[in-house]
Amino acid sequence: MTKLTELNLHQALSGLAAGDFTSTELTQSYLNSIEAQNASLNAYLVVTGDKALEMARASDARRAVGNAGALEGIPLGIKDLFCTKGVRTTAASKILGEFAPEYESSVTTNLWRDGAVMLGKLNLDEFAMGSSNETSAFGNVTNPWKRKGSNVALTPGGSSGGSAAAVAAHMCLGATATDTGGSIRQPAAFTGTVGIKPTYGRCSRYGIVAFASSLDQAGPIARNVKDSAIMLQSMMGHDAKDSTSLNVAVPDLVAAMAKGVKGMKIGIPKEYRVDGMPEEIENLWQQGIAWLKDAGAEIVDISLPHTKYALPAYYIVAPAEASSNLARYDGMRFGARVEGVDLTDTYEKSRATGFGEEVKRRILIGTYVLSAGYYDAYYLRAQKVRARILEDFTNAWTKCDAILTPTAPSAAFGLGEKSDDPIKMYLNDVFTVTANLAGLPAISIPAALDVDGLPLGLQIIGKALDEETVYSVASVMEQAANFSARP
Amino acid sequence: MSVDDATVRKIARLARIEIHEDKVTKMANELNGILNWIEMLNEVDVNGVEPMASAVAIALPMRDDAVTDGNIQSSILKNAPKADSGFFVVPKSVE
Repeated sequence: MTKLTELNLHQALSGLAAGDFTSTELTQSYLNSIEAQNASLNAYLVVTGDKALEMARASDARRAVGNAGALEGIPLGIKDLFCTKGVRTTAASKILGEFAPEYESSVTTNLWRDGAVMLGKLNLDEFAMGSSNETSAFGNVTNPWKRKGSNVALTPGGSSGGSAAAVAAHMCLGATATDTGGSIRQPAAFTGTVGIKPTYGRCSRYGIVAFASSLDQAGPIARNVKDSAIMLQSMMGHDAKDSTSLNVAVPDLVAAMAKGVKGMKIGIPKEYRVDGMPEEIENLWQQGIAWLKDAGAEIVDISLPHTKYALPAYYIVAPAEASSNLARYDGMRFGARVEGVDLTDTYEKSRATGFGEEVKRRILIGTYVLSAGYYDAYYLRAQKVRARILEDFTNAWTKCDAILTPTAPSAAFGLGEKSDDPIKMYLNDVFTVTANLAGLPAISIPAALDVDGLPLGLQIIGKALDEETVYSVASVMEQAANFSARP
Repeated sequence: MSVDDATVRKIARLARIEIHEDKVTKMANELNGILNWIEMLNEVDVNGVEPMASAVAIALPMRDDAVTDGNIQSSILKNAPKADSGFFVVPKSVE
């Protein structure tokens, strides 16, 4: 029998259904894989081995009586931004201390409902604020990929770097992740994995540690498009506990994969060419265009004129929302407290000690742009620019059904290479952040290796609630790319 | 618009984050770097544009104002840094 960790998610589902192996055996293989690799990659912050085996045995028992769910027996990793009942949840921040939630996030509840098994909690940038995993209070994740002939440690991207690295290194069959400005898609591109951020409101935000509530959206990172479709279908769905959760039917994404792109119009936005972008990425983009043309799609040039304003608008809206959301960490009801001389001093010391530098910077920016005298000039203006960005897409949809772009302006970079220049770091999200501001679904799929042997991703952006078209296009691209490289 | 040391102290106080005096100028420079970059938004014509606060144009749903759980005192206090006799214990805030 092949090593169980070599099977992907949908193959593992078939093997479990055929009785070739049990979830307990599959789960144990993954725990062994984590044991062997986690010391060097630092992808898992917590491994819940006993709980995993207990869930796997319960899954085997359900399957034995013919009661198997859509993810029955599948071992998954969970980004440590999702609250998991009784299991320490840190958001990769010291300020949460030993916080072990008394409740479960709705997305993970859906996964357990469908029979999945939790392997543990995955590392991330602190409060999901970062593009390299270097802001984690528990040390960065290391990308399992290395440049050819080099031993330089690379970033797995961020913020869902633990999720992406764990999937790429076969330390789980799939992982949950979240995306506020590109935090699913950029790490997916950096690790040769598939990551999708669905339409805002598809996945409940209940029980996900909040960063910027109007932008945050959960999604899976998986090894291939079909695995991603299976996981996302389970994660989505209306939830009364999140007031922005959409009460709409969950589409059949696996079925959508078979639809093809014949006659479909694919938009190519001219503004997604940025200074200093490697020629290889431009070439890969052209290759993606050729693949879709060959499959019968019509390629249309489009313009998204406000693209260059998306990141600056994001760096007002997201910190503003973060400064409000993170006000709850005051050391009083949960999390870490540092005693001061009085109440205010205790607040200030708890927050100064508990938050890392990038989080503090963003809280201060947010506080500034929301403060009296600056609100109109910054915050209100950014919200208006956000409306302009949405309008760009609305105009584009009169000409095309989906949009093809690169996912990130570079391949994975070295740890420490950009950490002293916030704006350089922020530019990682230049192609992904527009979909967050406009609330649109967008997927990154691995398309090729660069000259150093590192994976590069292409992104497909769809209309709101049209994940089906996104998966139709992604499936065609995946077949054409035939990406099979491994770290 | 640029942030000086006094502004950093003011917003740090508003945000309840202690900043050591020797870090104030560094933080001011970092914030100015980001704010200068953000200034490019002034190029965008936003005349007559409604500010967008939400990614989805739906009316927020209403629910009944009803109690749906309760009797979870121990759950609520479970993660408290300090608790006593069913209460959160916090620093004295009224003299």
